[in-house]
Amino acid sequence: MTLRILLGALPLAIFLAAAGFFLWGLDPERDPSEIPSALIGNPAPDFELGPIPGSQTPGLSRADLAGEGPVLVNVFASWCVPCRAEHGVLTELADEGVRLVGIDYKDKPEDALAYLAELGNPYERIGADLSGRVGIEWGISGVPETFVLDREGRVVYRHVGPIMAPEVERRIRPALERAAR
Amino acid sequence: MRRLATRSFAALVLAALLLPALLLPALLLSGGACAVLPGERLDDPVLEARARDISAEIRCVVCQNESIDSSGAGIAQDMRVLIRERLSAGDSDAQVKDFLVARYGDYVLLRPPFASYTLLLWLGPVLVLLLGGLGAALYLRGGRGAGAGAGPLSAEERGRLARLSGAGDDAAPRE
Amino acid sequence: MSPELGHFALILALVVALVQGSLPLLGAARGRPGWMAVGEPAAVAQFACVLIAFLVLIQAYLVSDFTVLNVVENSHSTKPLLYKITGAWGNHEGSMVLWVLILALFGAAVALFGRNLPPSLRARVLSVQAWISLGFLSFTLLTSNPFERVFPPPADGQDLNPLLQDPGLAFHPPMLYTGYVGFSIVFAFAVAALLEGRVDAAWARWVRPWTLAAWVFLTGGIALGSWWAYYELGWGGWWFWDPVENVSFMPWLLGTALLHSAIVVEKRDALKAWTILLAILTFSLSLIGTFVVRSGLLTSVHSFAVDPTRGLYILLLLAIAIGGSLLLFAIRAPAMKGGGLFAPVSREGGLVLNNLLLGTATATVLIGTLYPLFLEALGGERVSVGPPFFNLTFVPLMMPLVLVMGAGLLLPWKRADLAGLLGRLKVAIALAVVGALAALWLYDGTPVLAVLWVGLAVWLAAGTLTEWAERVHLFRAPAADSWRRARQLPRSAYGATFAHLGLAIALAGMIGASTGKQEAVELLRPGETLSLAGYDYRLEGVERTRGPNWVANTATFAVSRDGRPVATLRPERRLYLVTNRDTTEAAIHTTGLVDLYAVIGEPSESESGAWIVRIYHEPLVPWMWAGALVMMLGGLLSLSDRRLRVGAPRRAARDGALAQPAE
Repeated sequence: MTLRILLGALPLAIFLAAAGFFLWGLDPERDPSEIPSALIGNPAPDFELGPIPGSQTPGLSRADLAGEGPVLVNVFASWCVPCRAEHGVLTELADEGVRLVGIDYKDKPEDALAYLAELGNPYERIGADLSGRVGIEWGISGVPETFVLDREGRVVYRHVGPIMAPEVERRIRPALERAAR
Repeated sequence: MRRLATRSFAALVLAALLLPALLLPALLLSGGACAVLPGERLDDPVLEARARDISAEIRCVVCQNESIDSSGAGIAQDMRVLIRERLSAGDSDAQVKDFLVARYGDYVLLRPPFASYTLLLWLGPVLVLLLGGLGAALYLRGGRGAGAGAGPLSAEERGRLARLSGAGDDAAPRE
Repeated sequence: MSPELGHFALILALVVALVQGSLPLLGAARGRPGWMAVGEPAAVAQFACVLIAFLVLIQAYLVSDFTVLNVVENSHSTKPLLYKITGAWGNHEGSMVLWVLILALFGAAVALFGRNLPPSLRARVLSVQAWISLGFLSFTLLTSNPFERVFPPPADGQDLNPLLQDPGLAFHPPMLYTGYVGFSIVFAFAVAALLEGRVDAAWARWVRPWTLAAWVFLTGGIALGSWWAYYELGWGGWWFWDPVENVSFMPWLLGTALLHSAIVVEKRDALKAWTILLAILTFSLSLIGTFVVRSGLLTSVHSFAVDPTRGLYILLLLAIAIGGSLLLFAIRAPAMKGGGLFAPVSREGGLVLNNLLLGTATATVLIGTLYPLFLEALGGERVSVGPPFFNLTFVPLMMPLVLVMGAGLLLPWKRADLAGLLGRLKVAIALAVVGALAALWLYDGTPVLAVLWVGLAVWLAAGTLTEWAERVHLFRAPAADSWRRARQLPRSAYGATFAHLGLAIALAGMIGASTGKQEAVELLRPGETLSLAGYDYRLEGVERTRGPNWVANTATFAVSRDGRPVATLRPERRLYLVTNRDTTEAAIHTTGLVDLYAVIGEPSESESGAWIVRIYHEPLVPWMWAGALVMMLGGLLSLSDRRLRVGAPRRAARDGALAQPAE
């Protein structure tokens, strides 16, 4: 009889457990399509990119990332609308003295040059990833994406999507502080 | 007689459990196919077939639940090209997958690895089957099981069955 | 008609549901026939109210009333008439009205056709049904009102997602929902039985036709969805193990188990608690499916716009409906006594094995679908569970199931003689072996597993037909005698035969489609030919065409075999002007044995004048749809059986014989 009672209550117990998970999953802060980067805590991938053809800004490789304290690696493209939105915020950060480098992802050089001429160039270095191959090395799933690296060139934080003012305070600055330690 | 029946049932259950287990490694259902573009293909049909098989098990990271093999997204195409590059360079299938996992995590694998955190995923179904099978076996053996009562139908039972199943004619009472 | 009328009708339906959910229930508890009798008119009135709301919504779409937000967001004045109508349920809010409409329809059906149910049971069933209505009507009104106005009204709408502008939208959701929601009646019957504290053969008898009806529609809905994906997505895939597909598949699996376990309750008075549990769980899975699709809990190809409050509201409904019914089950089930005695190898034993395997299959799909969420919640790795997982776990589970199914109909009740059974099945066994060997011989290099599956499909068909042949004494009696017997077999017997046969046909289709699929992707210039699997596809040309709200590149392929023309295929690549989105419209020619499937892609960037062309050779795919149709036909045949007709039997008539089964 005890067994029967236990068995009778089993479905309810399983459902309640599942309902708990459902409740957790409804947290508005949670974005099921946001995937943590596999690079967190690891050194940046090995890559070497030339400059955007026709640009004065030098290209970017892994060697450029380590040594000088925290750095923001921003993956952008002229065809990406949210990139325009975050451009001003990134420029402000660079003006404050944050080191900012860029990877121009699958772009036509002339479009990229026009984009930078129009909005200004806050990047210290820009690597032109014409084929998108280096984007895969970084494990990106879209543009824009931004990585925060510490002085040893290890990835501390990855941000998917545009960085707007609230994200700077909530995510980017704390990550930069961690990277500076 | 009763023992024989129980044993043959046990054999049936056992077969039901073992058959899939024996066949686990080489499964059919070749995913599908398609967004591959003419320019991407490798000339070596063996390498190309391997590339297709790998692609079918790699998730397109910008799509929802689609493999890169069936996705038309740009990054899916880049990954297909990458897989073919690595295979041409002599990588094994496992090396190609490890390369992608190192960059995108387990998330890119549509077939999750067998690891401590996926133990319940892979063994869950087996566990349910075993526990359910145990429950069914206990039920069949227990009080109501193949006890002495399981002889031929009694006349009363047969009559009831006939009325319920109405074998062929409309024996069921209607108003 | 003003949209406010629809809004008002929904509110009225809510009020009616409130009455329907309380008075009959109280009446049943206190034995007041007058209170109980409120249930039927209330159920009909509730249906009428929701129907009015539904019609008002359709009307708003028909006249493109852009003062209604829902119409603005999902319609456009240039959209063809059919899609104006179907667009009404091609979005979250509108589809909720359809959901509630079908729920109310089933309630009204019980009121109208359930006249032979004992009044207290009928009253309780209608009340439980009303509680579900209450939950979803309030959900619709509070979080998803389709009649919301917008001011100032825009000049035109934003149009419907082009993928949904397809006849598939007219049939797939209504059919799927009818299946999904139809199980609510079965749920209501189970809860009512728990409240009454009485489950017997008569109860099972009353529940079966409703289960069967829901099952038929769900089968059709899933098959239609699969067919739609097959021709619309443009690469010939037909099942993706996407969460949204999975959540419609789970109620089907468990509903199938329920259909079979209810037979045991009906005929042998055993498995009662289990059957009640299945009835509750089947609809619970439908509810969980609705929750998953509409809450954004999992990433899926086709989820609705995400809104956490909606998710929270449905979760609350789940907690009440599922939690409440399972609590009731936990209280009442331990006291439920099982009846009939049977040996392990018997019809009952076979059905227990059926339930074990279908239950495990359901659990497998559930674990696979929700595991990423569980792992994420526990702070672990992010994983994806995709088709390869289900192919490794679910598919093998189906093997023993089909194996048992082949012999299932031949198993006698109570006890079977295994040796004798195998003797009766020797022809079927031989045919299965021949079929598997033929597959091996005909198609060089067929995977071992595919060969096994061919054998199993043949075995299932042959085993099923063996049972029919035995019953009509085929070849053992004069033909005229067999013919007379065949005509006299009850329709429910034919129902089982057809349903099992249908699965065999569908299985053959799946095997063919999975192992025999071939593809060719090439750049083709007009005048060039691509050959695949013996067919030649000549690209005649690509022209610019236009429809009511799209422009397209339409290709013309002349398909021939050994120089003889077979078909002309005209695939399109459309651009919908309002949303600026592309769709591929594949062109399919079916020979019955194989689908010839052509897709036109983009013009090549590198070589001017050339087009990306995809051709798929899809053997036996039409068999999948044919198999599903045969399964549905089986269900309908069984449903039309006089003995099973909704509400036909009366408990009192047999009470003496049945109230206390041999214990």
